[in-house]
Amino acid sequence: MSEKKKDELLHDHNDDGVDRRGFLKCMAWAGTGAFFVMQGGVLKSYSLSKMPRLGPRSAGELSFVQISDSHMGFNKAANPDVVGTLKAAVDKINGLPTPPEFMLHTGDISHLSKPEEFDTVDQILKSASAKTVFFVPGEHDVLDDEGKAYLERYGKGTKGAGWYSFDTKGVHFIGLVNVLNLKAGGLGTLGGEQLEWMKDDVKRLTHSTPIVVFAHIPLWSVYPEWGWGTEDSAQALSYLKKFGSVTVLNGHIHQTLQKVEGNVTFHTAASTAFPQPRPGTADSPGPMQVPADQLKSILGITDVTYVRGKHALAVVDSSLA
Amino acid sequence: MRRSVSTGALLAALGLGIAGLGASVGNATASAQPPPATMEIKIDNFTFAPPELTVKAGTTITWTNRDDIPHTVVSTDKVFKSKVLDTDGKFSSTFSTPGTFVYFCSIHPKMTGKVVVQ
Repeated sequence: MSEKKKDELLHDHNDDGVDRRGFLKCMAWAGTGAFFVMQGGVLKSYSLSKMPRLGPRSAGELSFVQISDSHMGFNKAANPDVVGTLKAAVDKINGLPTPPEFMLHTGDISHLSKPEEFDTVDQILKSASAKTVFFVPGEHDVLDDEGKAYLERYGKGTKGAGWYSFDTKGVHFIGLVNVLNLKAGGLGTLGGEQLEWMKDDVKRLTHSTPIVVFAHIPLWSVYPEWGWGTEDSAQALSYLKKFGSVTVLNGHIHQTLQKVEGNVTFHTAASTAFPQPRPGTADSPGPMQVPADQLKSILGITDVTYVRGKHALAVVDSSLA
Repeated sequence: MRRSVSTGALLAALGLGIAGLGASVGNATASAQPPPATMEIKIDNFTFAPPELTVKAGTTITWTNRDDIPHTVVSTDKVFKSKVLDTDGKFSSTFSTPGTFVYFCSIHPKMTGKVVVQ
């Protein structure tokens, strides 16, 4: 919490970024969508209504969408219709002004790792404008079988437990798995084999290559008391120090949070299924029931845009309402 | 270690068989044998309650998940391991060997508990 507090007071001297007043404005936009731009390690934010003043997007840009925590199969009071809200997320994606080139799904695709749950998600996502989906597993996707069924379905071309990287339009994407072999009392874990792979994976890249890392459990200590963090994430991030622009996209906590630390912007996405409490505001994490007419305002998708040459990735959260 | 638990379950079954045999010939002393002890551990709000439980050897413990999120019950040294327990799911294990058994939820590893068998 103290780290988050620190970010709330982030000062920006370029006149148009986040200062304390700006942050409070952001809070007021919560639920209606906000637009975040990272440039040279400074997070700048705009309300969606002011987006036109950012000017036209330049050619060669890359747009993609992050969705997370669909929890297909969940049917409790916090959201008895996770099919409906995932479909609403797809509608939102299909209505974006710039059609995304692909989607990232940051895990908890299913609620109980059942084949029919994965089938339903795959079927719904087929109606999205972006046809390619890059997945990483959440802990709900690897129950009982150490992720074997997940790998059979989504693991083609991946390494180890399902990690991989790819390049598109000059941006290097790294999908990590931190939901397996968890130790009693601990947090998410990447493990030695994956860390070695990652270290090697980024070696050949130039410092100016924008990096996007995505994984299910946050790669920063959001709230370790609730298990919202990854034991060995510092090791992974140490391999990325030389890069000017690093964006880390996570899920798991079912709410949007941002933090900037040096060259790294951390961002967690909303769930398409149900919200969870703010860190430490309840006895435990878990599905949070809100009035039915407010549910869609706290579920959502994340739209990310990279403008070539600017080393900037813009991250936009949109609610499903 | 896994074997010792299943052997315990087998012995318990055998014991019931003998008791059943006693009843069938009308021997009243069979009912004097104490029933096998059972204990409950509830899972609420990502917590095992009670987090520590001391039992006599031969006790069967049943865990019940009362959260809206699935959990597991897995001992750190692999003595016992439940399948995933959805809401209201139950898992039972019979503890025939004295010792201390630390366990956790393999999905939410911050959740830990301990069973002490005397």
